[in-house]
Amino acid sequence: MDNLIIKNHETVPLASIPVLEYDKFLAQNTVLLAEERRHCVQYYGFLQSGMVQLLCCIADDMHGTILVSSALVGKKQILPSFTAHRPAFHKFEREIHENFGIAYADHPWLKPVRYPFDRARPQNDIANYPFFQIGSEELHEVGVGPIHAGVIEPGHFRFVCNGEQILHLEIQLGFQHRGVERLFLAKQHLLQRTVLAESIAGDTVAGHSVAFANLWESLCGFRAGAGLQFARTLALELERIAVHTGDLSALCTDVAYQLGSAVFGRLRTPLINYFQIWCGNRFAKGLIRAGGSHFPFNESLAEQLLEMLDAFEPDFDAMCEETFTLPTVLARFEKTGVVTHDQAVAIGTVGMAARVSGLNRDIRASHPHDFYPVLQHQPIIKHHGDVYSRAQLRRREIKQSIGYIRHLLKHMPLDSATPEPLGQPAPESLTLSLTEGWRGEICHCAVTGVRGELVHYKVKDPSFHNWLALALAVRNNEISDFPVCNKSFDLSYCGHDL
Amino acid sequence: MLSLAMIFLASLFFTGIVIRTKSLVSGRKGPGIFQPLKDVVRLFKKGAVFSQTTSFIFQVAPSIYFASVVMAILVVPVGQSKGLISFDGDFVFFAYILALGKFFSIISALDTGSSFEGMGASREALFSMLAEPAFFITMGSFALLTGHTSFHAIFTALHFGSYVSYALGTLATFVLIMIAMIENSRMPIDDPKTHLELTMIHEVMILDNSGFDLGLILYATNLKFAMYGAIIANFFISNLPLALAVPLFFAVQFFFAVIAGLLESFAARFRMAHNAEFIYTLTSFSLLIFFGVLLLMGKFI
Repeated sequence: MDNLIIKNHETVPLASIPVLEYDKFLAQNTVLLAEERRHCVQYYGFLQSGMVQLLCCIADDMHGTILVSSALVGKKQILPSFTAHRPAFHKFEREIHENFGIAYADHPWLKPVRYPFDRARPQNDIANYPFFQIGSEELHEVGVGPIHAGVIEPGHFRFVCNGEQILHLEIQLGFQHRGVERLFLAKQHLLQRTVLAESIAGDTVAGHSVAFANLWESLCGFRAGAGLQFARTLALELERIAVHTGDLSALCTDVAYQLGSAVFGRLRTPLINYFQIWCGNRFAKGLIRAGGSHFPFNESLAEQLLEMLDAFEPDFDAMCEETFTLPTVLARFEKTGVVTHDQAVAIGTVGMAARVSGLNRDIRASHPHDFYPVLQHQPIIKHHGDVYSRAQLRRREIKQSIGYIRHLLKHMPLDSATPEPLGQPAPESLTLSLTEGWRGEICHCAVTGVRGELVHYKVKDPSFHNWLALALAVRNNEISDFPVCNKSFDLSYCGHDL
Repeated sequence: MLSLAMIFLASLFFTGIVIRTKSLVSGRKGPGIFQPLKDVVRLFKKGAVFSQTTSFIFQVAPSIYFASVVMAILVVPVGQSKGLISFDGDFVFFAYILALGKFFSIISALDTGSSFEGMGASREALFSMLAEPAFFITMGSFALLTGHTSFHAIFTALHFGSYVSYALGTLATFVLIMIAMIENSRMPIDDPKTHLELTMIHEVMILDNSGFDLGLILYATNLKFAMYGAIIANFFISNLPLALAVPLFFAVQFFFAVIAGLLESFAARFRMAHNAEFIYTLTSFSLLIFFGVLLLMGKFI
């Protein structure tokens, strides 16, 4: 095996990454994925002196390492695809195709990833996109979106149905493409970049800003103190609790269970209000900064947090007990939207969506950062892969996270963490940062040029992997169960579209 | 005339009470009782917008739908007082005039050419078709028991005296409440609060209606609820003097609204495929009523 083995948040010189022949590159990386413990966290291309340098990063969950290798190929070349061997690569290759015009001879479906700009062939747009068609008289198509009835993000879903039963779902995203990755290069100031990272997905502010802060600190050779690491871990876990609780409320809303919807909705409020107390923003914007923090955690904040959790837990337990024993709710949740273990492995799902299908994927355990090595995180694994499992997983992860927070507060590091000016980023280097957000693994990847300037920045939200899981989950389900399936994944549109 | 006025009065606050009940039990204050009515009034002041793919059917359907509900109300008595029109076999007229209105709302949904509305129309057609036998077996059994075939005559001739007849009254109340929930597209069959087109039944059919037309449809729903409430009330008040019957009528309406609110608060909606099974069980309940009637009449030995 000819690859560079790195750890999470490690900065390595670009020159140390082996550049392979494409055929060898293909063989090596597809073979790596033969084992369940390895999955592709990032596979992308960037321009390097007129050629496209493809960079493939495979995470090994058992050893906590990331295997990096690369290949140089020409633009508009026709290549054999990774996807033909491992479907998990399908979206990465579609993106490469879209950005550089590299054609894949044996890729099953080079469906566009994003609209409308940043494309090698700008004339292809949504107006002339050929959706998957049916020829049958008996089947019917239902198109939903991109504008949805609830005030949510844009995305188009096209169902092929046999009566009430969904046979196929095609998901077309990219309507919200803002050009985040290009903006990272255009914005020179660190603060601008941090704010940009916070805005990648509005529901994963802590996740993305921690990923960015850790990456940037590693690139600048800064080692975060215990106080900073503590605050970041706390923010990630609080965000997990808050979003999971909100999702339980939304799941109840989608099956028209009013009590659950109202109570879980109310329970979410003190959680996000706590962020407001801590940093002045309910979504934790402004909390995480590379090189320090403007809102250091202190004894009085800890007291308020414990008070809030003490009030939260009994109500949460009672409502969960009520919801998860109510026959009408169970009838809607159980055996709805199943993703099997084999499907989850094949398409490379990550995070929560993987853990409900018996797939142990959790960066907190496999590539721990900040305070996670101290916590010795044990991922909660479910096996049925249905809506019920995804709801139960949320319930148990909330309890687990509350336990972690209580544990962390007992051993609170009290070093001051005022922001320090960071050094220059290392020149001609690559840094890869993995963070387990509430939805799953977030991957940020930066490449610097000769003077330490950013030449490429790559962001990957877990939704990038998981949207296909939703499309598979709803097959053979009732079309009226789609909303609850969709909510049980709660994937990000903007995190995918960037 | 009295019954028409009372049903109209009940329709003013019925949906408001349902919504208020739901708000209170989920720990919120909720809108005022007359908020649904104010919404209707607001809509009445607006003009309607018609999509270019629709034909005249889409424009006349809301009026026909509303008219069908009003016509149906005309035959419903309250207590001793007859409906505005009353004749032998008027419960058959009642069912099919409502079906006519439903037919028009279904073809108007299909007229829009939207994939959602077709789906909703198909669900609505299926569920009301399945609910029909339950209504006819229930009313038919009472017709058999009393020997009359008009609402007014059936209810005035109905005497609850034995345990069996109490059981019949209870069963009939249950069947009628459930039919009312199905016909009004409420829980546990349909979720009126959802914003998700894919899970809607009735709401998705009226997505394209706006302004005055939408107001008519929404108000027809309120009227329909009050109408079913009146039929249920009749089981209890038909033999009482007017001074007692009128307050009792409103009490029954109120309790029905509260029950509807509670039904919608503490349970989730059924899975769409289970709806058909559930609605069909109503037919079994109505068969129990039928056998009960046979028992009362001594047809069983």
